[in-house]
Amino acid sequence: MQTVMNSTKFRAGLQFIRQFSRSPLAVLGLVLITLIVLMAVFAPYLSPQNPYDLMQLDIMDGRMAPGTGSSAGFTFLFGSDDQGRDMLSAILYGLRISLIVGLGSAALAFIIGTAFGLTAAYVGGRVENAMMRLVDLQLSFPTILAALLILALLGKSIGNVVFAIVLVEWATYARTARGAALTELRREYVEAARSLRLPHRNILFRQLLPNCLSPLVVLLTMQVARAITLEATLSFLGLGVPVTEPSLGLLISSGYEFMLSGTYWIALFPGIALLVTIFAINLVGDRLRQLLDPKAARR
Amino acid sequence: MSNRLEVRNVSKRFSRMSGVVERGAELMGLKAPNPVVRALDDVSLTVAEGEVVGIVGESGCGKSTLGRVVAGLLQASEGSVLFRGKQLDEMPGKSADEARLKVQMIFQDPSSSLNPRQRVREIIGAAPLHHGMTTARELDDYVSQQMQRSGLDPSMAGRFPHQFSGGQRQRIGIARALAVQPDMLICDESVAALDVSIQAQILNLFLDLREQLDLTYLFISHDLSVVEHISDRVMVMYLGRVVEEAAVGELFSHPNHPYTRALLQERPSLDPVQRRFSAIEGEIASPLSPPSGCHFHPRCPMAMERCRVERSELRLIGPGHKSACHLND
Repeated sequence: MQTVMNSTKFRAGLQFIRQFSRSPLAVLGLVLITLIVLMAVFAPYLSPQNPYDLMQLDIMDGRMAPGTGSSAGFTFLFGSDDQGRDMLSAILYGLRISLIVGLGSAALAFIIGTAFGLTAAYVGGRVENAMMRLVDLQLSFPTILAALLILALLGKSIGNVVFAIVLVEWATYARTARGAALTELRREYVEAARSLRLPHRNILFRQLLPNCLSPLVVLLTMQVARAITLEATLSFLGLGVPVTEPSLGLLISSGYEFMLSGTYWIALFPGIALLVTIFAINLVGDRLRQLLDPKAARR
Repeated sequence: MSNRLEVRNVSKRFSRMSGVVERGAELMGLKAPNPVVRALDDVSLTVAEGEVVGIVGESGCGKSTLGRVVAGLLQASEGSVLFRGKQLDEMPGKSADEARLKVQMIFQDPSSSLNPRQRVREIIGAAPLHHGMTTARELDDYVSQQMQRSGLDPSMAGRFPHQFSGGQRQRIGIARALAVQPDMLICDESVAALDVSIQAQILNLFLDLREQLDLTYLFISHDLSVVEHISDRVMVMYLGRVVEEAAVGELFSHPNHPYTRALLQERPSLDPVQRRFSAIEGEIASPLSPPSGCHFHPRCPMAMERCRVERSELRLIGPGHKSACHLND
């Protein structure tokens, strides 16, 4: 019996993978994401230099063009910045920061927003109204302005950036979760659970949540890309992560001042890395939406 | 015989909740208050221990609302619901919950009444486990018993609802309800979504379970043949009111109210002599603005002036036979 039910689940999973891979672009996105994550995880082994270790930097190597050799013996594939920091190493380490901030804040916002939206829909009435007006209020603030305010008050640190992004992004999840939950609440299995006097937490998390998950997962993928962009924007504006641990956005920002003096590589290569990451995540997110959103046409 | 269930003068009104701005506008007389739907209007009903009471009527007549009020899924606007002579609203929270658990519902659509993301084991087992009717260790055995009793193969407990046929899904719904050891089942159009051959199987299952478990049923349906087959007593509803109530044989042989007679005439029949088909004239009126007097008068072939003005009360016209028609006076 165990094998029977495992095989049906296995077959459904296989079917989903087959449908997913019918779009070559989505597969490309998935391959790129995998590569990017692997590169970020194994950054210490891949990069020729630890960009955070000031002892390894030689100021004489500053602003080397891509392809020149360093005094330590390796080649600056993507050039070096004004401190003599290898850009390839800086990008690999910067990817780590960007991914941690993106995934971490998107996941936290997902949990908070979903719990909020489901509860609002389940409780209903005036409480729901009040809760959703709070969501409206949050969504009516310009995202960057709100995030800038929070960071200006709290100061720079990775934790604070995550906090700021969660605070401006949770409302989107709340709204989506409430919408999905309202549809599901009308179905008879919820009435059945009520008449069986199952506890509220069972109805919320065992009945409603699994059935509301599809649109939320799609939103989550999109929001990871958004969170990475937002973090890059904040860092570019000088309010994101601290200078000692540069993310992609901060690298672009520090390269920006040299753009017109011909030292294009300091801003260009982190920019390309950021672009590819977000592009890949959006490709996968789009495909997931096509497959999971019942309103979007199949295939 | 004692009464298992008693519904006393229950009314249920629905209206959309007004927002703050709307309420202000209503107070200043700028906007009419939101329309009120009277889904149930002064409905009383008793169900004796072990009895099967059928409720019939066109869609929109309030029969499903009545079922949900009895099941405790909706709060009555007025009136009270009593189980074994005890009023639920007056009982302390815990014991009211326990009493409510004794009344379970079987739903119409077997595909939407089962959570598509849960396996049958969890669908059936979650509630008895929560209410302490079984332990985590004995859960598998308990679920198997419930499945067997409803005519399901216990080896399929690990499957998802979509892997079953419509009739099997309805059996899962029945097993789920029976797993909390109820003594009353409310069947809301429980066989309407099934093939006729499967309908018969499920109806027979209901009758078998009634014998085995001493169950009492409230059987809601628009299908007269189904109701005739399963019920002891039948109640006919029209636009939120009870128009006639009698033992099943009496009602089908001597219908009194013009609406009941019209319903019985509309019944499809195999009798070659009775091939004429005369639908009830007109549409069922909107429950937002029900007709004055007797709700049925705009469609009634025998309507008099009095029917337009005066509400017809339900009164006894024979042993156990009640009807709400002015023609009986």
